[in-house]
Amino acid sequence: MTLTSEIIKVGIADVKTTVYPNTLKTSGLGSCVGLVLYDNKAKIAGLAHIMLPDSTVAKKDNQNRMKYADTAFEILLHNLLTSGASKANLKAKMAGGARMFGFKSDNKMLRIGERNIEAIRVLLQHHHIPLISEDVGGNKGRTIVFDIDTSMLEIRTVNSGTKQI
Amino acid sequence: MTNLSELNQTHLDVLQEIGNIGAGNAATALSTLLNKKIDMSIPAIKILDFNQLMEYVGGPDTLIVTVFLRIQGEAPGTMFFVLSPDETSSLVQQLINDTSFTYEELLDTPLAFSAISEIGNILSGSYLSALSDFTSINMQPTVPTLVMDMAAAILMEGLAQISEDNDFAIVIDTMIEDTEKSTQTIKGHFFLLPDPESFTKIFKALGVYDR
Repeated sequence: MTLTSEIIKVGIADVKTTVYPNTLKTSGLGSCVGLVLYDNKAKIAGLAHIMLPDSTVAKKDNQNRMKYADTAFEILLHNLLTSGASKANLKAKMAGGARMFGFKSDNKMLRIGERNIEAIRVLLQHHHIPLISEDVGGNKGRTIVFDIDTSMLEIRTVNSGTKQI
Repeated sequence: MTNLSELNQTHLDVLQEIGNIGAGNAATALSTLLNKKIDMSIPAIKILDFNQLMEYVGGPDTLIVTVFLRIQGEAPGTMFFVLSPDETSSLVQQLINDTSFTYEELLDTPLAFSAISEIGNILSGSYLSALSDFTSINMQPTVPTLVMDMAAAILMEGLAQISEDNDFAIVIDTMIEDTEKSTQTIKGHFFLLPDPESFTKIFKALGVYDR
């Protein structure tokens, strides 16, 4: 039997989970971070495209919860566990958190990439989920594709080619 | 204006006029620089969520060349001057008189990089000064930054400020275009994205009040 595999596209401020043989993809990560959590025994994985580090600073509460690290993480974890992943088997990979614009300003938003990465590290530690590999920082945009079968994360860039982590 | 979805036709007309005045001034500046006739499009006012915005510019991993700046002052916001790679090639060719230039060399050619940055600087500066005169609102641009990369990577970082409390942005999009019949057409898009709290100030300055 041949399994047809599908590419599940994850938008900006979006969370999706899927199972083998599908792959997960999100495009154009700049300061945003793509976080993959996967259970390679159950062959289930989820990807969150995270824009901002912290939902608690938002002034309004009718926001898309998938855009903040803390709430997106919660949703991702919940969706994985309810689809049959085991928390003890979960591992993480992440990419993104770049700083596209080099200039100085009064603006803490220009450090948004670093703050996203830091927020995710804290969440992973808190949940005892090991971070297997990462490709973060720098000043380049990234498109990432996660292959559930091999647990490899492919990272495509405009100027520095493609690699797998 | 706390709720951007409450914009009525008068508000949209005002935003369109802002695009007209700003881009009109920028088109004149580019026309003077290149000694060519430059036309501009009727501004499009779009209320888009972030994923729609990416589709609007051709998809999240489309390669774009962008001059980005933040507007500081009484009505803060974000501005992008966006060129496609091919348009960048032809603009640089005209600016530095080198017909063999292609955008792939942009990052390794300081003269080209600086020429495009300066064009972005001049055009966005003339856009903003027209806007500032028209509204009597003090607007100071930050030093513009030139980046060539994936559209989503660039635009989302520029939108980080807006996104903290909003899931969509109001885009005032104006295109300027050189209209002389030649193979080297240049089209550039201005995206002006006022921060949500700036709309009230802009509308008040122009005599449009909320009910």
